[in-house]
Amino acid sequence: MVPTPTPLSAFARRPLLPARGLAGAQAAGWQPGQDDGTLHGEVFAASSEGGGAALALALVLDRMAALAPDPVVDVPDQRAWLWVQDAQALRLTGRPYRPGLPPALRHRLVHVAAKTPEEALFALEEGLRCRDLAFVIGEVAGNPRALDFTASRRLSLAAQRHGVPLWLVRLDARPDLSAARQRWQARAVPSLPPRWNAQAPGAPAWQAELFRARNHPPGEWLLHHAADGRLAHRDAPEPALQTLS
Amino acid sequence: MARRILAIWLPRLAIERWLLGQGDDQSGDGSPLVLISDTAHGPRVTAATRAGLEAGARPGMMLADVRALCPQIAVAPADPSGDLGLLEQLALWAQRWGPWSALDPPDGLVVDVSGAAHLFGGEDALLADARRRLAARGLSTRLAIAPTAGAAWALAHYGADGATVQPGDSLDPLPVAALRLDPAVLTVLRRLGLKRIGDLTGVARDALARRFRSAHAPAANPLIRMDQLAGRVPEPLLPVVSLESPLVQRRLMEPIRHRVLLDKVLEDLCADMARILEGRALGARRLELALWKVDGEVVARRLEVSAASRDAAHLAGLFARKLDDVDAGFGIELARLRAAWIEPLPLAQKDFEASAERQGTSLAACIDRLSVRLGEGAIRRPVLHASHVPERAQRWVAPLDPAAVRQESLAFHARPLKLLDRAEPIAVLYASPDGLPRRFRWRGDVHEVMRAEGPERIAPEWWRERSTVRLRDYYRVEDGEGRRYWIYRHGLSGDGRGGTPDWYLQGLFG
Repeated sequence: MVPTPTPLSAFARRPLLPARGLAGAQAAGWQPGQDDGTLHGEVFAASSEGGGAALALALVLDRMAALAPDPVVDVPDQRAWLWVQDAQALRLTGRPYRPGLPPALRHRLVHVAAKTPEEALFALEEGLRCRDLAFVIGEVAGNPRALDFTASRRLSLAAQRHGVPLWLVRLDARPDLSAARQRWQARAVPSLPPRWNAQAPGAPAWQAELFRARNHPPGEWLLHHAADGRLAHRDAPEPALQTLS
Repeated sequence: MARRILAIWLPRLAIERWLLGQGDDQSGDGSPLVLISDTAHGPRVTAATRAGLEAGARPGMMLADVRALCPQIAVAPADPSGDLGLLEQLALWAQRWGPWSALDPPDGLVVDVSGAAHLFGGEDALLADARRRLAARGLSTRLAIAPTAGAAWALAHYGADGATVQPGDSLDPLPVAALRLDPAVLTVLRRLGLKRIGDLTGVARDALARRFRSAHAPAANPLIRMDQLAGRVPEPLLPVVSLESPLVQRRLMEPIRHRVLLDKVLEDLCADMARILEGRALGARRLELALWKVDGEVVARRLEVSAASRDAAHLAGLFARKLDDVDAGFGIELARLRAAWIEPLPLAQKDFEASAERQGTSLAACIDRLSVRLGEGAIRRPVLHASHVPERAQRWVAPLDPAAVRQESLAFHARPLKLLDRAEPIAVLYASPDGLPRRFRWRGDVHEVMRAEGPERIAPEWWRERSTVRLRDYYRVEDGEGRRYWIYRHGLSGDGRGGTPDWYLQGLFG
């Protein structure tokens, strides 16, 4: 029996493929406070500052705040979250400190101290497969052999399959091949002076460069926590401050 | 209905158990022998055979004194824990006469026979039955039935053998030792001339209460004991309950030497165990796997899970990781799995692992997998601790442990996102003696301090640390590139606790 040819109108209902490249309609610039569906991101940072993990947490919180609330659920999401560190990252930048974590996340942290990058990757993947976790933060120092493109692709697929966001902080690492949907380069910048004591350090601020993203053009932002706790960007860096006299 | 309590006293439990262990029933009783336990002053007699008693040995004597009386006496070590084990088994066995029984260490049992005596044809028949069955086991007994445990004990130890008393019967002729009092209290009563329980009832109650007003333990206060004897005060007894841990095993036709087969056996064992646990609505917290090899060696592996589980695939998967280093040798012929720690787990929907593929695992399963691979202490959760010293203000506990409710840290304290495990020494240029830091060197890099806030002075915890521990002045600093750190000066110059203060970097802000 000869199969009947498919009429051309059968393709009419299919959604358009997402446009590749910057000129497409999807390729809007990244903005804080919007949910772009990114489930796997990487933040590159130096180990001499705590900015990488802080920016990753800020991006996670930003996305959670931007998510449309589920109309059925009447209690806020109080699931635990996982923070995986390998031994080198733990030695370089220390352990999470509960009183310094964002208040919404303090009581929900589950911390994994892995000895090797392989164990850290195992823990990250197990965390992504767990439905009782809100998100997973990983911290890996350097460019370990285990964290190659295949491993990051595995993580990316697990994150998408189970819908658990993963943000991987790469300390002192070269941006090698990776399947992450967003890749940021983070660096601390002088903070805005706080309202009551101009000589004191203010709320954390970062120079964040989005150098590789699936659905955004690359760009560079100066991000900080606004007064309402949300992520905001300012256009110009602060003028250079005088040394203490 | 009135309570009826049967007290069983086994006055020669230790020596009779030893004789039974030797295999001869009563013939050993004719040769002088004592059981001894080691004390700080040398070996002391705890029990003696009939011939030993006739030779002059008494429980509590020093062995040297007994040897002086009877040089040919034989000696064996006492085994109190073994005696207690036998007593526990007897207590379970004694539940044939009543619904529950309790231990009365070191050599007694208490059985509640309320409303059960008619099954044996009355209380006298019940006592006769108990005496006959215990004698058949080679144990000499003294029995009594009374309305309270205290009265039954008193009658068994000091009354006529096989006595029964009804509520309201007088126990006045019994000696005061029948009140289960401490020897010191008995001495006091004897010196007061109170020798029988009847003498105590003759004394005004408030006089006794005044005399023993500071003794709150029942064994030190005759009033409490007399009230317990008469049933005026309840005396709760801890019943013995038999708990058997679920156990499954597989005997193998052929010894197995290959890992694939062992995994299959393990799956079967876990499935059997899951079925048993499910039937009793239990979950396993700790499982012990033992593998008997052909040459008689036993390989044991133990698994603990963070929440009670009876998911066969989950448990088998966790065990499989622990079997990597098993050396099968000439083969394994018997595998046995025992749930050593079980907890109630209500029946729930099955098919855990297949749904995990689609809907993800639960947090407990995720933590189990991680802790099997990474080790016990790798997965932890921070909880607050009542301390103002920063590194002590947080502690790490197992992730599913319930956390005690603590006061949150104060909102106006700015604390760093991360704390180094050990504060790192830094070289700091600062306005001496206690000015703000200007510049510091950490891990080989020089940081110019652009902004600083401080000091926040944190004193040592004087109630737990030495007096020479120095205070800390914490500064929040930001360098020229905007990196924010938490540094502190350890001590003041001239505080008499060391020389020039050192500086440390303890935390990193976001």
